[in-house]
Amino acid sequence: MLRRLGAKLALVFVATSLTYLLASITLNPAQVYLNQSQQLSESAIRSNLNTYNVNPETPLFERYWTWLSGVAHGNLGLIYQTQTPISEELLRRMGVSFRLLVVGTVLAVVLGVLVGVIGAIRQYKVDDYVSTIVAFVLLSTPVFLLANALKYGGDIANVGFGQVLFYSDGEYHTGPSAGLLERAQHLALPTLAIILGPAGIAYFSRYQRSAMLDVLGSDFLQTARAKGLTKWRAFFTHGLRVALIPMATFFAFTFGLLLVGASFTERIFNWNGMGQWAIDAINNSDVNAIAAIAGVVALLVMFSSFLADVLHAALDPRVRAAGKVAV
Amino acid sequence: MSKERVTPVRATSRAQLVMRRFRRHPLALIGGVILTFLILMAYVLPFFLPYRPEDLDPDYAQSLVGPNPLHWFGTDQIGHDLLAQSLSGLQKSLLIGFVAALVSTGIAATVGSIAGYFGGWSDRAITVVIEVLLVLPSFLIVAIISPAIQGTSFVLLALVIAAFNWMLTARVVRSLALSLRDREYVEAARYMGVKPFTIIRTHLLPNMASLLIVDATLNVSGAILAETGLSYFGFGIQPPDVSLGTLIAVGTSGPSLTSSPWLWAFPGVMLVLTVLSVNFIGDAMRDAIDANSSKGARR
Repeated sequence: MLRRLGAKLALVFVATSLTYLLASITLNPAQVYLNQSQQLSESAIRSNLNTYNVNPETPLFERYWTWLSGVAHGNLGLIYQTQTPISEELLRRMGVSFRLLVVGTVLAVVLGVLVGVIGAIRQYKVDDYVSTIVAFVLLSTPVFLLANALKYGGDIANVGFGQVLFYSDGEYHTGPSAGLLERAQHLALPTLAIILGPAGIAYFSRYQRSAMLDVLGSDFLQTARAKGLTKWRAFFTHGLRVALIPMATFFAFTFGLLLVGASFTERIFNWNGMGQWAIDAINNSDVNAIAAIAGVVALLVMFSSFLADVLHAALDPRVRAAGKVAV
Repeated sequence: MSKERVTPVRATSRAQLVMRRFRRHPLALIGGVILTFLILMAYVLPFFLPYRPEDLDPDYAQSLVGPNPLHWFGTDQIGHDLLAQSLSGLQKSLLIGFVAALVSTGIAATVGSIAGYFGGWSDRAITVVIEVLLVLPSFLIVAIISPAIQGTSFVLLALVIAAFNWMLTARVVRSLALSLRDREYVEAARYMGVKPFTIIRTHLLPNMASLLIVDATLNVSGAILAETGLSYFGFGIQPPDVSLGTLIAVGTSGPSLTSSPWLWAFPGVMLVLTVLSVNFIGDAMRDAIDANSSKGARR
């Protein structure tokens, strides 16, 4: 288990380093100074670029080394052209993203599993067909279209009711002490976008349905029925646990997709979280911020896959008995 | 048993069987009809329209007109016909989707079967590369690369999308190749001195054809979603070229989201229909190839 954790941390390091190098090659921070109305002197630009360790005249590996030794001392660098330390901004942004994602993701997983289980039990009935087709349409709808359509729908509802029910202008507008109702009004539409989005209810329900169908045909469920359990009791006491095992590993893969989807949702509903920052950082050629974001994302993805291994072991006695975690 | 009672049985090849199961599948029919319709719309309809997407002269008298008999999809801020724009975007999205899907499945098949067949250090190297590439969401990586390919051909965008989309399939191909490697006919070929790449081409890949075809189909919709998503953020197709993603980005920005919804609703519906039809076809194919599935089977 510990060795696997070490391998995962090594992967995080390699992926983050490669992102830093890649971003250093593709982005051109010096370009920002070309478009400014008042031209700075050449030496001023050079010293500015050096402050952020993005001077293209410094060899790439020297820049990488400077960045790496900074990171080793907990210094992630400064946000391009603002002098703010990245680590501060990172914590703030992660908080925003977390508050945006947590409700929607939990709801999406729980509802998705529920819909999938019901769909499998009622296979080829009308409601199974309906939920299958709805899931197909949702999976084919890009989140940027969905989120904008929800924003449009919220606007129509606001006009229809003659008062503002839904906000789509960020986390809150009165300040961090905003009341619960106001926060809920701001959270409603983006949460709906996450639940209905690509890493949402449709996605989980499809996989849960097929995992459940595999279990339904198994011998141990027939035994459970044969000893007199009703169909539903047999499912919930014996079947569901087994059908949840593949979902644990599956969720780890979904994590990256969730973060990508969140960057659209954050941008459209104007939440200044990690996803929004990633987009802005690429647009501003902020190499250090991109590397920091990539590092955090890699850590989260690896952590969720580690968690999936643990969950897998907890749910599957065969894995525990073998004494090691299989993927 | 008398001889007269034996009726001649025509042998059905596996390909025929799969084709029949596919044709009987309801999703294949729906998806096929929608996709054919969209492809015809994208490549034939523009010849019959009085507006060309290349007409870049602004026509402010026709600015932001809603859908009407003259402009079926309405017009945008500078009076361009939105139908012509959407069709041009659809063309690009379809082309990028197909190119990226073919390339990505091709990479997956090559890399995965090399790793699985040869084993040893090439397997270890490929596995590590796959692991590293799977750490970060490929959308983020392509977005970081995008500034370097801006202003070049959109085929390059398709290739970059494909370059970061093959890893999961390659893993599956690798494990399939591992199990096929020890089959008798592969060993026989090996002892007869057949070259490794010939074995991969003639014995391994045909045995995975069904997986690869389904994967390529589903990659089409994945690549279309990736391209439009990148274009939505401004990392994909750049003006003056249009994609369904850029059209939706322009249509939903600022007040036009609520004041002129046709700007994003029509390209949006077109995009959803495209992805949906490809997903339908891919799912029907998977059912047709999967021998355990009852859909499309003779009832």
